[in-house]
Amino acid sequence: MGDSMGTDTGRKIRVLVAKPGLDGHDRGAKVVARALRDAGMEVIYTGLRQTPEQIVAAAIQEDVDVIAMSILSGAHNVLFPKVMDLLREKGVDDILVVGGGIIPDEDIPALKECGIADIFTPGTSTSETVKFIEENVKRRS
Amino acid sequence: MGRTEVVSRALSGDIRAVSRLISLIEDCVPGFEGLYSEIYPFTGKAHVIGITGPPGSGKSTLVDKMAAVCRERGKTVGIVAVDPTSPFTGGALLGDRLRMQRHALDDGVFIRSMGTRGQLGGISRATSGAVDVLDAAGYDYVIIETVGVGQSEVEIASIADTVVLVQVPGLGDDIQVIKAGVMEIGDLFAVNKKDRPGVERVVAEIRIALELSSVASRGGGGTSRIAGSAGHHGVSALGAAGSEREETVDEEAARPCWHPPILQTLAETGEGVGELFDACDEHMRYLAGTGELDDRRYRRARSETMQIASGRIWRGLTDDRGAFAAAEELAWKVARREIDPYSAGNELYEMIVK
Repeated sequence: MGDSMGTDTGRKIRVLVAKPGLDGHDRGAKVVARALRDAGMEVIYTGLRQTPEQIVAAAIQEDVDVIAMSILSGAHNVLFPKVMDLLREKGVDDILVVGGGIIPDEDIPALKECGIADIFTPGTSTSETVKFIEENVKRRS
Repeated sequence: MGRTEVVSRALSGDIRAVSRLISLIEDCVPGFEGLYSEIYPFTGKAHVIGITGPPGSGKSTLVDKMAAVCRERGKTVGIVAVDPTSPFTGGALLGDRLRMQRHALDDGVFIRSMGTRGQLGGISRATSGAVDVLDAAGYDYVIIETVGVGQSEVEIASIADTVVLVQVPGLGDDIQVIKAGVMEIGDLFAVNKKDRPGVERVVAEIRIALELSSVASRGGGGTSRIAGSAGHHGVSALGAAGSEREETVDEEAARPCWHPPILQTLAETGEGVGELFDACDEHMRYLAGTGELDDRRYRRARSETMQIASGRIWRGLTDDRGAFAAAEELAWKVARREIDPYSAGNELYEMIVK
């Protein structure tokens, strides 16, 4: 990566930023989207109220390396695992999935168990998220 | 998915394979040319429609509604939506999909977002590759949404069969529409946000501008297109030289002229989008019926071939350490006014070609 990521040829990290669930507050998602853009990534922003099915379909068509989801409504224990299930169902195993939003600490172990690589709660600096993604993307070629 | 498998699965319309193949081409992975050559024989069947216009004119919403019309008519559609890449960080925020997500679960609609990755013509270098993949995968229509354009991003005209130029009320006076550039590439005009005041005036201004240009190009063989069309007419005249020549000239004069229709749309509600789609189909019938389609596809092939060749020359220059060092040295000389840029460029050229 490094140098080749900043130029106009070669692979760029592509990230789908999505808001599953029904809460209508996407400021956090937009801040993260912007930070990832500024880190040289291609960010596909899909907006509010996405179903897990829509998120997975978009991730496949966009051939992303990362899905970054944010939930503030409390539905993370249902929707995050659902996205992971759908990815497995489609045979997709090379996408890094991260989550963020208002997620109680006690929920995090189970979410990681189901395949979410990490959860970023309020107070996480965007540079931390960027670094995590850069270090953990699964596809390098 | 192995690389050969990607091709065969993409040709059969497998969504993951189509998607992966577009990435391989966009990223210019080693050996992507071979993959491209395997799909290329299966291209040329889709009707490629380009949607262009200023930022905020409603292109994405229009494309979303066009996709819906397409599906109502039982056709499939691939969409390539281009947004700008930051020249500073190389990153991009691709937001066109936001307005099209309701099609996400429909297998008859494939949407792909792309950053311009350094290209300035309104599309990216890989856009035509993505179009070809979608075409080969069997989508009936391929719609390209360009970045929001200003006045001179006309590259879409070199890959689309039909170019729809979206305009909205309230952007400028009548001089804007007779300027050279994007105004000249519209095969169809969609005046969007037709519920806004001033829509009649925009329609009238476009109409006057089109009348002026058809007067200016009378006898020139159809509507004016981007530079290069004249050259091609030269080629076909040569090919027809001899006994059939007079007949060909007559045919050329009799070739019906395409008068770009001006349609009013309200993308938000979908009003007028069916008519817009009809007009695109009508334009394709015109292209196919007059032979103009072959001309356009020839021009696309020519510009692509030249671009690939010049890209390789450019890479040769930047990869070759000696040439790169020489370029830097020459640039300093130019900056210090010791030599002029043309002499420096020529010197560099001589150095590379020998």
